Amino acid sequence: MDWFPLINSLRIALIATFFTFFIGIFAASYIARLPRGVKGLLDCLLTLPLVLPPTVVGFFLLKVLGPKGPVGSLIVEWFDSKIVMTWYASIFAVVIVTLPLMYRTARGAFEAFDENILSAGKTLGLSNRYLFWRVLIPGCRQGLLAGLVLSFARGLGEYGATSMVSGYTPGRTATISTTVYQLWREGNDALAYQWVFINLAISLTILLAVNLLERRNGHSAFYLPRKEG
Amino acid sequence: MSLLVDIRKNFGTFRLDVSFEAGDETLALLGASGCGKSMTLRCIAGIVTPDAGRIVLDNSVLFDSEKHINLSPQQRRVGLLFQNYALFPTMTVAQNILCGMGHEKSRETRQASLRMALSRFYLEGLEHRFPDQLSGGQQQRAALARILVSQPRLLMLDEPFSALDSHLRWELEQEVLSLTREFCGTTLLVSHNRDEVYRLSHRVAVYNQGRIDVLDEKWELFENPRTYHSALLTGCKNLAPATLREGLLDVPQWGLTLSPPRVTPVNYIGIRAHDLLPALNPGINTFPYEILQRIEDTFSMILMIRPKGGSGAPLRWELSKEQYRCLEQCPFVSVAPEKILMLT
Repeated sequence: MDWFPLINSLRIALIATFFTFFIGIFAASYIARLPRGVKGLLDCLLTLPLVLPPTVVGFFLLKVLGPKGPVGSLIVEWFDSKIVMTWYASIFAVVIVTLPLMYRTARGAFEAFDENILSAGKTLGLSNRYLFWRVLIPGCRQGLLAGLVLSFARGLGEYGATSMVSGYTPGRTATISTTVYQLWREGNDALAYQWVFINLAISLTILLAVNLLERRNGHSAFYLPRKEG
Repeated sequence: MSLLVDIRKNFGTFRLDVSFEAGDETLALLGASGCGKSMTLRCIAGIVTPDAGRIVLDNSVLFDSEKHINLSPQQRRVGLLFQNYALFPTMTVAQNILCGMGHEKSRETRQASLRMALSRFYLEGLEHRFPDQLSGGQQQRAALARILVSQPRLLMLDEPFSALDSHLRWELEQEVLSLTREFCGTTLLVSHNRDEVYRLSHRVAVYNQGRIDVLDEKWELFENPRTYHSALLTGCKNLAPATLREGLLDVPQWGLTLSPPRVTPVNYIGIRAHDLLPALNPGINTFPYEILQRIEDTFSMILMIRPKGGSGAPLRWELSKEQYRCLEQCPFVSVAPEKILMLT
């Protein structure tokens, strides 16, 4: 059996989750401090991929990353290579699709954190940077970890946007989800079942991890705070 | 050591507008919840920025809207004990206390101060515990230790005992009292509990809807409140509008006419519930009464009474259980003129 789709899915999900994790945390802490109007706008923008069909995200990405798009044309000019239809194009797709999950979970965790604790730290003379890294982040670690795991799970299962920007090339851009689709089309049910069970096993493990985190955390990792108007 | 505060801040319909000065003393800010006491502390600490005004501590300006000075909370070096203590939940007691020593770089000095603080606040043996493994009292002592090692120039306590059980309160109150004496600087105490304020402070500022109603020595305030709000907050249970007519107080709400302690301008009068006394015979400020309701308290009786045959609002009368047992012999109740509070 060719294990490439598993390896490819894992590397895309891992790299994308790494970026999503930090972008999500910084976006959450930055947007929380903005004035109301701007806050609502950015909040909507970052949450949008959660409600958009992934194919719409894929369409936009193709327009931006494609050889004629603003980013894609620069890459052709500088590196003399195309970004679309490569395995790493999926990283962009997965980051955008998973960002709302990380951003929302991080914001929920930050908003649930007692503001007085940070204020007390300030009056003790501790710098804002110290309070962010040593007090706020550790204090919210359960929520942030839950966001991380959820993003990874979502990233691993991404199909729509991924298949549009990376396509399906066996041994080069195939992921578990695109492979299952391809095998079904070919009528290769036996092999399709194998990938389906691998996918189920991974997903169940991840959800179990989220549940364990929640139990220690005391509140739901799926906690989505009310949208600000 | 001195603190000068003169600030204004609007929050929607609520307006905070206070000014006061404090020396080396404990000044209590007394008021109902939501009247701006805690907000005043937050403004002084720099967590909230006032719209206008000045805050000066020991000749250094912390905030001045005209000169555009607004020091960060970190630069102000004032200690604020939060109502819920605000310990860092992911750090042990020792780590929490060490956080207060950011200014001190030498490892030996830090460790020595830590040991001193742990023993001073009876936290020895608890240094490796996390805040959620401590009792309320221990959390408060840890938070106080953390503030004290940061060597604040001003100590502010926001409702320090409100989160504690009553039996713990007394113990920690004594602790805080000795601490404020050791501290020697200015201490601001925010509270809505008049007894606590009386025991812990020298002077009291009575807050009413974002303003300071009265600022006075505590003895003067409790003995002789001058305003309706200071009488209410110092625990006067019977308050009613009154007018002076031909040297007598007319109190229509109770249907009474009383002899005043002195002839001064008056809008309200107050009679403390324990200043009503049973009387055998009629006399000055003495009237027959009927009991509307009897409430047995732990160590006293509370009676709701009104002048016999009247239809006015009831008065609250507190008397000891011994007095209550002999009450049947006394058909009259009296209040000495000098016990009547003349309020504006």
